[in-house]
Amino acid sequence: MTTDLGMPSSGPGAPGAHGTAGVPSLPDGTALTKKDFTSDQEVRWCPGCGDYAILAAVQGFLPELGLKRENIVFVSGIGCSSRFPYYLDTYGMHSIHGRAPAIATGLAATREDLSVWVVTGDGDALSIGGNHLIHALRRNVNLKILLFNNEIYGLTKGQYSPTSHVGQVTKSTPLGSLDTPFNPVSLALGAEASFVARTMDSDRQHLTSVLRAAAEHRGSALVEIYQNCPIFNDGVFDVLKDRTEAAARILHLTDGEEVGTAETVVVRDDRGSLAVVPRADADPARIVRHDVSAHDPSAAFALSRLDSPDLGHVPMGVFRNVRRPTYDDSLREQIASARTGEVTDADIDALLAGRDTWTVGA
Amino acid sequence: MSAKLVQKLDRVVIRFAGDSGDGMQLTGDRFTSQTALLGNDLSTLPNFPAEIRAPQGTLPGVSSFQLHFADHNVLTPGDAPDVLVAMNPAALRANLRDLPRGAAIIVNTDEFTKRNLSKVGYLESPLEDGSLDSYDVHPVALTSIAVEALASFTDLTRKEKERAKNMFALGLLSWLYTRPMDGTEAFLKSKFADKPEILEANLAALRAGFNYGETTEDFAVAYEVAPATMPAGTYRNVTGNVALSLGLVAAAHRAHLPLFLGSYPITPASDILHTLAGLKRYGVATMQAEDEIAGVGAALGASFGGALGVTTTSGPGLALKAETIGLAVSLELPLIVCDIQRGGPSTGLPTKTEQADLLQALFGRNGESPVAVVAPATPADCFDVAVEAVRIATTYRTPVIVLSDGYLANGSEPWRLPRTAELPDIAVEFATEPNAVDDKGQPTFHPYLRDPETLARPWAIPGTPGLEHRVGGIEKADVTGNISYDPDNHDHMTRLRQAKIDGIADSIDPLVVDDPTGHADVLVLGWGSTFGPIAAGVRLARATGARVAQAHLRHLNPFPANTGDVLRSYQRVIVPEMNLGQLAMLLRAKYLVDIESHTSVRGLPFQAGELADVIATAVASVSDVPLKETAK
Repeated sequence: MTTDLGMPSSGPGAPGAHGTAGVPSLPDGTALTKKDFTSDQEVRWCPGCGDYAILAAVQGFLPELGLKRENIVFVSGIGCSSRFPYYLDTYGMHSIHGRAPAIATGLAATREDLSVWVVTGDGDALSIGGNHLIHALRRNVNLKILLFNNEIYGLTKGQYSPTSHVGQVTKSTPLGSLDTPFNPVSLALGAEASFVARTMDSDRQHLTSVLRAAAEHRGSALVEIYQNCPIFNDGVFDVLKDRTEAAARILHLTDGEEVGTAETVVVRDDRGSLAVVPRADADPARIVRHDVSAHDPSAAFALSRLDSPDLGHVPMGVFRNVRRPTYDDSLREQIASARTGEVTDADIDALLAGRDTWTVGA
Repeated sequence: MSAKLVQKLDRVVIRFAGDSGDGMQLTGDRFTSQTALLGNDLSTLPNFPAEIRAPQGTLPGVSSFQLHFADHNVLTPGDAPDVLVAMNPAALRANLRDLPRGAAIIVNTDEFTKRNLSKVGYLESPLEDGSLDSYDVHPVALTSIAVEALASFTDLTRKEKERAKNMFALGLLSWLYTRPMDGTEAFLKSKFADKPEILEANLAALRAGFNYGETTEDFAVAYEVAPATMPAGTYRNVTGNVALSLGLVAAAHRAHLPLFLGSYPITPASDILHTLAGLKRYGVATMQAEDEIAGVGAALGASFGGALGVTTTSGPGLALKAETIGLAVSLELPLIVCDIQRGGPSTGLPTKTEQADLLQALFGRNGESPVAVVAPATPADCFDVAVEAVRIATTYRTPVIVLSDGYLANGSEPWRLPRTAELPDIAVEFATEPNAVDDKGQPTFHPYLRDPETLARPWAIPGTPGLEHRVGGIEKADVTGNISYDPDNHDHMTRLRQAKIDGIADSIDPLVVDDPTGHADVLVLGWGSTFGPIAAGVRLARATGARVAQAHLRHLNPFPANTGDVLRSYQRVIVPEMNLGQLAMLLRAKYLVDIESHTSVRGLPFQAGELADVIATAVASVSDVPLKETAK
């Protein structure tokens, strides 16, 4: 038996609604600038940290949303990336390790009028906070989760993280890491995420386009951002920043288009697995065209498995972007349809009395 | 009208006991409702195993429900049952030791088979070997008579008919104690609205039990217990968990805040989640979180957004929530944490009561992280304590831990309904305007600029223009709330947070001492659910002529301002606790008074008689007036 969730046919929770529907916009003719989103706090990341570029991109992007600044909230956990909220002049909470998605869920569930963003890192989101991340994605809470992945613990000074490679030598793995790493995109897709994307700190234009798509999406959006840590894992993504190398390695994901580079293309074999082959060798019938809104996540998952530790092929862009009811809209809708008007003192009196009462005379 | 004799009693303690699948909790619950509607004062003690269905017929599988009802004020579920309803040999064996000689035992003889007897170590049937000669035994073939009564229900299997035996027993007890059954009939009609056949069978079994009492020669007398004299008002029967849920809803209403519960299922707290989940029409939002940490995290996120954030748990869950409660201490936001205590450590005794989380509530976090702690005294008091917790949390912008326990959670008593409009006015004002000027003379907002009286910081919620600010768990500079690692600032902020919690004492009632003679030398001081047993023990002791004073702490942090003065006015101070002396340790440390700790951690509330003995011994040691020998 299915239950009618009473989802609205119009309004913020309606199918097709914009990610920021319900959040107050600025008056017509007014706009904010990057400066309006810059707080008075001194930024204290290490020189050369990829977080600077991400901060600049986010500060530059937020005015584009046209939202009132006071209705934007950034919630973070613990780690270098989680200092992010201090540098943005919005409402913000720098919380505790791994818990930002849970805290942001309570906020988003009770405040339809807020645009809620979570900033987290590979250790924060995938290790100590792994449970909260997968459950936020599964519930499809209307949160934009920016996962800065530098494949290392920075704030605790250089231990391996759940995205470090097998064999990676760090302070806590002097003979090499033994753990198989998570692929954050695969993990998010396995957790039923409705929006999953990957981008990179140094590609401002691409980063901004992914932020835009995430903001438009109503529901949880997981954005993995490859981010360089110049102190403890310097250069880990360098091959993707070199123009020539990047052209050969990055598989740009564009909806409706073939997935590949100038020289290579992704094909599907008889068993459904994907492979990157030279264009000249590709059977045109087997070439993969990206379908970002495919309901079945298998294709997106297969794309996420093209990753390799040597960054030989790296899909970049939006892997999946599908619509399904969000937890927070559905919760509000259940409450709205149960309500019969303003709750009065008499309503509470009746609630307290329940069904069986007796009266004792004076 | 019964043709039999009806005898008046002033009080009765009944214990229903059977297999955990026999429906004893439901039977007890229904009998309680019938009794409440008659106007008796009452107190109940459900006692059941952690396993949902322990192996049938075994001692670990026994589930029981005890009810004490009277024509006068009742303080506890009773030390010893006057009547035991034993649905099988295991129920008899597990409960017999609590029965005084002469008590009535109604046994279901159908279950006294060789196999069932041997399961619990009876070599011979106790019904036949004379071992029950000093009790008033009523053997009734409950199962087969119930099945017989349902002979006309041809569509039901024998097993389905057997299941109605608890209703037969309820009908029999309803006759025996002259309880009206209309409430139970209405309850069954609503419970089985979709299953007319089962409904009719249950109603038939209920009536058959009642008629059996009236016609059988085994029961010569029926009993009546007159309504108790209670203050005028409208009453209902309520359990602690329901009263706590209703208190939260009423308090949120009075505070004009939406209520958000983030919770993870855990015994014995889950009923609060169930109750609140059914109250969406009052605007209550509930979220069953992925774990205890997410439950409190979501609640804190909701509080940041201007809701009343609540989380509910038991001891193990409180341990998991500790870091987030510490964050709430740092953020200085309202947060309600309800710990329905159970036996510990670790998983401990999930379905049994204890009050051993007091020190965890006060100190179970890293760093100096004071929070307010309050504890209800009785099931109905859970309502008032919930309202008080919300008052403290919203006024002082602090987490408040409510320490209920399994006994209060599941136990019930009559509750005189308050009027919502007369509950404390705890309306909250959010910050809406800048509260300072910056060095350029521009209006600005300082999130940690405090109210001079309460030391509370402003609650400025997202969506408020001009008050954008960042909060977090890193130490903050006084006033501005910016990150600060300055040594003097940390010392100052640590003392400020402590002073804010200490200052709550200015807003609470002084500790009240009940001492009818005014000359007591011994004080018995309790907290939480020990109130009933202590008051009953004091009542027994006073009946022997003992001069003893009683006081009860509702606020455990901070204590009422006069606590030290009260403690110092007595020669001896006894503190009974269901832990190994946690409050006693706090009082000794804070007030340098030689507190005597009396403790028990058996998973069950104290017995009044036990406490009366402790009190009598203490009184005798400081008094030259000999005490009377009085039956307890």
